[in-house]
Amino acid sequence: MKITDELLDYIGILARLHISDEEREKTKQEINKIVEYMDILNELDTTNIEAMSHAFPVRNVFREDIVQPSVNREDIILNAANKKEGCFKVPKAVE
Amino acid sequence: MDIFQLSALELGKKIKSKEIGVVEATKAVLENIEKKEPEYHCYVTVCKKEALKQAEEVQKKIDSGEYQSPLAGVPAGVKDNMCTKGMQTSCSSRMLETFKPVYTATAVQKLQNVGAVILGKTNMDEFAMGSTSETSYFGITKNPWNTEHVPGGSSGGSAAAVAAKEAFYTLGSDTGGSIRQPASYCGITGLKPTYGTVSRYGLIAYASSLDQIGPMAKNVEDVTEIYKTIAGHDNKDSTSVNHPSPSFTLCEDMKGKKIGIPIEFFGEGIDADVKEAIYKAAKVYESLGAEVEEISMPTIKYAIPAYYIAACAEASSNLSRYDGIKYGHCAEKYDDLVDLYYQSRSEGFGSEVKKRILIGAFVLSSGYYDAYYNKALQVKALIKQSYDDAFGKYDFLLTPTAPTTAPKIGESFKDTLKMYLSDICTVSVNLAGLPGLVVPCGLDKTGLPIGLQLIGKAFNEETLLNAGFAFQKATDFHTVSPETIAK
Repeated sequence: MKITDELLDYIGILARLHISDEEREKTKQEINKIVEYMDILNELDTTNIEAMSHAFPVRNVFREDIVQPSVNREDIILNAANKKEGCFKVPKAVE
Repeated sequence: MDIFQLSALELGKKIKSKEIGVVEATKAVLENIEKKEPEYHCYVTVCKKEALKQAEEVQKKIDSGEYQSPLAGVPAGVKDNMCTKGMQTSCSSRMLETFKPVYTATAVQKLQNVGAVILGKTNMDEFAMGSTSETSYFGITKNPWNTEHVPGGSSGGSAAAVAAKEAFYTLGSDTGGSIRQPASYCGITGLKPTYGTVSRYGLIAYASSLDQIGPMAKNVEDVTEIYKTIAGHDNKDSTSVNHPSPSFTLCEDMKGKKIGIPIEFFGEGIDADVKEAIYKAAKVYESLGAEVEEISMPTIKYAIPAYYIAACAEASSNLSRYDGIKYGHCAEKYDDLVDLYYQSRSEGFGSEVKKRILIGAFVLSSGYYDAYYNKALQVKALIKQSYDDAFGKYDFLLTPTAPTTAPKIGESFKDTLKMYLSDICTVSVNLAGLPGLVVPCGLDKTGLPIGLQLIGKAFNEETLLNAGFAFQKATDFHTVSPETIAK
């Protein structure tokens, strides 16, 4: 598999990351080298092997729906760069 | 008396018997930190005032009998990816440079509940992505055994702090070897517990299905006590297992134990000194009455690609939360909301983190998901199966922790793929969710430490810790420190 400039731009969009002109060649080269190495997995026959996302079976974990104190509103926005009247402040998103 | 010769438990004992005060011990460590930090840089943040205040309060509670733990009053460091309320938690990233959590991670809280004094936050690779601690936004940490070398990573600051006696013990986290490899490079003892044993609540996520918090200290006895303190079920972590909290006494009897040495861990690039030290360690176990056999686990060589696919995929998802809005770095200049995301993320993340996010976005993207991500999870199942097979026959496995001792600063990033490949001895353990213990087992010819890795069955830390304990009873590698070598 080869990561082309177009593909790199596409995954940059997915990841919401700008890849600057200075970084581009190095990033492309390194990712290509790593992805190429990942292709050795194709040596292994995995037909009928179930994909394992967790090493141990994890099922839905439920708890009783009991009201408990949560983090204060002031605390939640404490680390926000922009806030207004107890809310997160963001640039206008809808016209 | 030189308190720095004491282990965490020995110091705890002297605090209990009032030979040493908690404030006195804390002051001594803080002075040592002040003296050594310019050279080693183990910490991102040292909380001098807060630590002394904690020490006073802890002393009172020890005196009143409220704190009974053998670790009460012992000063410790915490890796900077565990949330500590009101105390800067940066993950060694520009992204979280000013982040102050509003709650404390369960593992840290559990230590504080028994009277630990938290000295500060230790340096690491940015977002725990790296094997050298060189990707930290706040500068590199140096290996106290030789400052031209890295301490390993990602918990490099935690390992170096123990080796440099800038903490009596520390907490680290391990996603693909991040406790074990730096423990090996810095000549200390470190445990990566079974996945789900220690709560991940408040641990800033890298790859959630692999991340696990664990102790780093001078010897197995300290590590065992810390492990017992932080382990246990937590409602706040849905992957935390509901097993009874561990309560066992260490036992050094190795008679009749069956030990496997998987030959695939000694492949291409293995240093001759490392190989020799591991086989010598095997002889120690034989002399203690254990049976040692070489075994083959051919799927191990696929652990690296499977690990990097799974870890990068999870990282790209986990790190999507950094949007510049709720917390973390926010760009000053942007055009609109989407541009705010782009600018904040592109400025806030370092190049290794960006690379892993991009790889993760690629392996999860439509058209490549099955070929990479799904394939990696199938390989993960095969790797777990090969461990299950091995543990059908053996009590635990002996391996190196890394193919070499600590590389020189600046060497590893000349070839990132080569650096990833150096994780060969550790990543499969995370994929299979197993516990891994590292104990020092010698020095190479340049005087750098070598670590022996013991891999055990899931939820069977007791067997591993007993084996590590037996090894340290029979050898004195763990008592050697950078200073004793200098003398």
